[in-house]
Amino acid sequence: MQSDSMADRFIGKSIPRKEGRAKVTGRALYVDDMVMPGMLYGATVRSPVARGRIRGIRYAQGIPWDEFTIVTAQDIPGKNCVALMLNDQPCLADQVVNHAEEPVVLLAHPDRYLLEEARRAVELDIEPLPAVFTIDESLARQQVVWGEDNIFKSFLVESGDVESAWGHAHLIVEGEYETGAQEQLYIEPQGMIATFTAEQGLTVWGSMQCPYYVHRALMTLLDLPVNQVRVIQTETGGGFGGKEEYPSMIAGHAALLARKSGKPVKIVYDRMEDMAATTKRHPSRTRHRTAVTREGKLLAMDIEFVVDGGAYATLSPVVLSRGTIHAAGPYFCPNVRIRSQAVATNFPPHGAFRGFGAPQSIFALERQMDQVAKVLGLAPEELRRRNFVKQGETLAVGQVVREKVDMAGLMERALELSDYYAKRKRFAEENPRREVKKGIGLASFLHGAGFTGSGERYLASLVGAEATPEGRVRVLAASTEMGQGTMTVFSQIAAEALGVDYDMIEIVQPDTAVVPNSGPTVASRTCMVVGKLVESAVLGIRQQLLSSGLLPERYTSEQFRQACRQFIENHGALKSSSEYSAPPGVYWDDDKYRGDAYGAYAWAVYVAEVSVDLTTYEIRVDDFVAVQEVGRVINPVLATGQIEGGVAQGIGFALYENVVWQEGQMVNSQMTNYIMPTSADLPPIRVFFEEVPYAHGPGGAKGIGELPIDGPAPAIVNAIENAGGVNVNRIPVTPEVLMEALEGVHA
Amino acid sequence: MPETQRVPIKLKVNGKLSELEVEPRMLLVEMIREALDLTGTHVGCDTSFCGACTVLLNGLPVKSCTVFAVQADQGEVLTVEGLACQDELHPIQQAFVIQHGLQCGYCTPGMEISAYYLLSKNPSPSEKDIRKAIAGNTCRCTGYQNILRAIETAAEMMRR
Repeated sequence: MQSDSMADRFIGKSIPRKEGRAKVTGRALYVDDMVMPGMLYGATVRSPVARGRIRGIRYAQGIPWDEFTIVTAQDIPGKNCVALMLNDQPCLADQVVNHAEEPVVLLAHPDRYLLEEARRAVELDIEPLPAVFTIDESLARQQVVWGEDNIFKSFLVESGDVESAWGHAHLIVEGEYETGAQEQLYIEPQGMIATFTAEQGLTVWGSMQCPYYVHRALMTLLDLPVNQVRVIQTETGGGFGGKEEYPSMIAGHAALLARKSGKPVKIVYDRMEDMAATTKRHPSRTRHRTAVTREGKLLAMDIEFVVDGGAYATLSPVVLSRGTIHAAGPYFCPNVRIRSQAVATNFPPHGAFRGFGAPQSIFALERQMDQVAKVLGLAPEELRRRNFVKQGETLAVGQVVREKVDMAGLMERALELSDYYAKRKRFAEENPRREVKKGIGLASFLHGAGFTGSGERYLASLVGAEATPEGRVRVLAASTEMGQGTMTVFSQIAAEALGVDYDMIEIVQPDTAVVPNSGPTVASRTCMVVGKLVESAVLGIRQQLLSSGLLPERYTSEQFRQACRQFIENHGALKSSSEYSAPPGVYWDDDKYRGDAYGAYAWAVYVAEVSVDLTTYEIRVDDFVAVQEVGRVINPVLATGQIEGGVAQGIGFALYENVVWQEGQMVNSQMTNYIMPTSADLPPIRVFFEEVPYAHGPGGAKGIGELPIDGPAPAIVNAIENAGGVNVNRIPVTPEVLMEALEGVHA
Repeated sequence: MPETQRVPIKLKVNGKLSELEVEPRMLLVEMIREALDLTGTHVGCDTSFCGACTVLLNGLPVKSCTVFAVQADQGEVLTVEGLACQDELHPIQQAFVIQHGLQCGYCTPGMEISAYYLLSKNPSPSEKDIRKAIAGNTCRCTGYQNILRAIETAAEMMRR
């Protein structure tokens, strides 16, 4: 064993990013930076209507069509679907279209300019059918646009007995809350390059979060065996969930064109196509009915949570599940009923986006908590303080909180750091004299790390490690680096576990021909779940060295290196792997939809301070304090960066980012008219961690990536109510929405 | 559509003279990335909003996705590849690494060019000056905080 003085050499340290240098010099290669000899460009012809029957495809005159590779659904050798959960989404529409921008025809040509003209010259003759564009229309089922009843998935959570509780209530408060679609808006648009030969099969390079999702989708679509499909992740310019499932679609398109043309094919979306055609955050509607006692204790929560999944299921069942489980928040309540549904409409399918259903249901709950407090005549923080779940108590799905949790402590710290009490008092005094009103509000919440329910058990992720002949240790995992610092954090975990120099660790670029399936890079699971596997895989290397007698119990990095070299000389190779197994006592019952929904939760309280201009209806966030407990923080600078970025996206979700739909088509699909926060729009974002090591995380860490997008929207809207006395229950709160709420008029 | 007639242009990119023949419709960013193979300049939005394609043209920052290559004829262009001196990173690049001023890195080259321009005009910018100078460069990962710190740090390093 390494000496005690070596303990925590890397965990908890802000080690600079491994890939920093390549990125600041412009040498990092993203998919659009790659060019292959003889490469064609690919383009996608999409449906202009939301729902209809395809009567025909016409290729207009004036284009040299014989120079083009043209692919339709008839050219698909395998199953025409984007393999994911229910396999209901076609890769290319055949006979019917179910949403605007649905892909119908693919074209490839060496000349991009001519390709664009050709794309416009393909005329789709589609007989329109009635389409569904709201949750209510979908639930009314006048048009059944998916399956038998427009329902992708529904869940029921019941603890205690809500119905018998109403009679004992001191007060009952009802509320309805809505959230809009939100675009992930990674700055690197989506793209893929595919090559296909009869001997080597298919190879795809591209921007993605989940190489093995793409791998499986390509095997299904092209009817190829495992070893004939290879997927390689290129440098990825942001994902946020947007590159979780959609890359499988683009990879499929590039692959079909490459197979038919016999040439490499590159498809890179421009911003307009990317925004109009790819997935967004699910719009949602939540209804709350809350009973409280005279003492301000929660007695019953009845929650109806509905998300709009768009035209195909994609990941809606699991988005709904996470949203459902988070809907009752970090509170203890003896009687809870949550009824949730993911419904079908004729929008482009909604999909994964950081938070994955939780930001929607948490927005509703945290607005509702403020309404309940108001009716009770309690301060918002006091109502929360009286109801926070404590260690040993049970969450709505029957999960006993075993880890230490101190929500009240987190809240006190957040209120102190934001100067909450003094500001609340001052704003109340000054607002009557001010044209620009000031307000301050908070949100308290939790976020489960890793896959929901049995997800991690089914996934059974695998991580490999091997020593190199030079005596370095390589980590093999499919977890992708997309800005969050995966490679650095994995290196820290591995170096710490082995007690060797950080530079002795190499993280292999995800390539399905080289790395095992450690699962998708989603769900705040990379650090906690996959990081733990990295730790045990590299410890397997050390164990073999110790057992062989080549490594003494106490060793230096140089001794470790020597031992690796010697082992490889003696035995040819030194490899180890580690497979996921659930921490002891963690169990989820899929049939009853009860149990330990997540191995661990991160806990947080966020406070927002806003200015609300009653002349222009402009809202600005002036200050933002984010206090959270995410277990041990492995790399403080990286972790802080994750929180800051998530808060910025949350501010966009709350105030600016409005998808405008017309007949199921996004009409503001440019960065000039879909507004994301710039440096001029954002406040200082002040980030603080409480550290409570988690026993089953690597070095004590839990998940972090999604947490920060849950809190900003409710904290901000609570602050808006504090400033303007106006109850706004839908986001984004654009000036039009605020005007409507303040003046009771429709914009 | 038949290829249009090519136009000869001559310009300096990162101090190096280039003579090319380009189609009039070719964008400056296409020339930089494809004709000169300088792929550090990125395309993010095609509408001069995101700023990933920011370069200096004759000393002024431009969004190279909305400038034609022919407009750079007889001019001078600076891209991210022109910042470092051999293997020695420019202080702005060093500061972005030190302060974790990037996550996915896609916006970084454009961000650095805007910072370079700012610091050439204002060696001691306030936070507000920096926020304004990079308001035309969008970043979705960081919330800008560490970018502000990186540019402040670079300013300090360059004043020394």
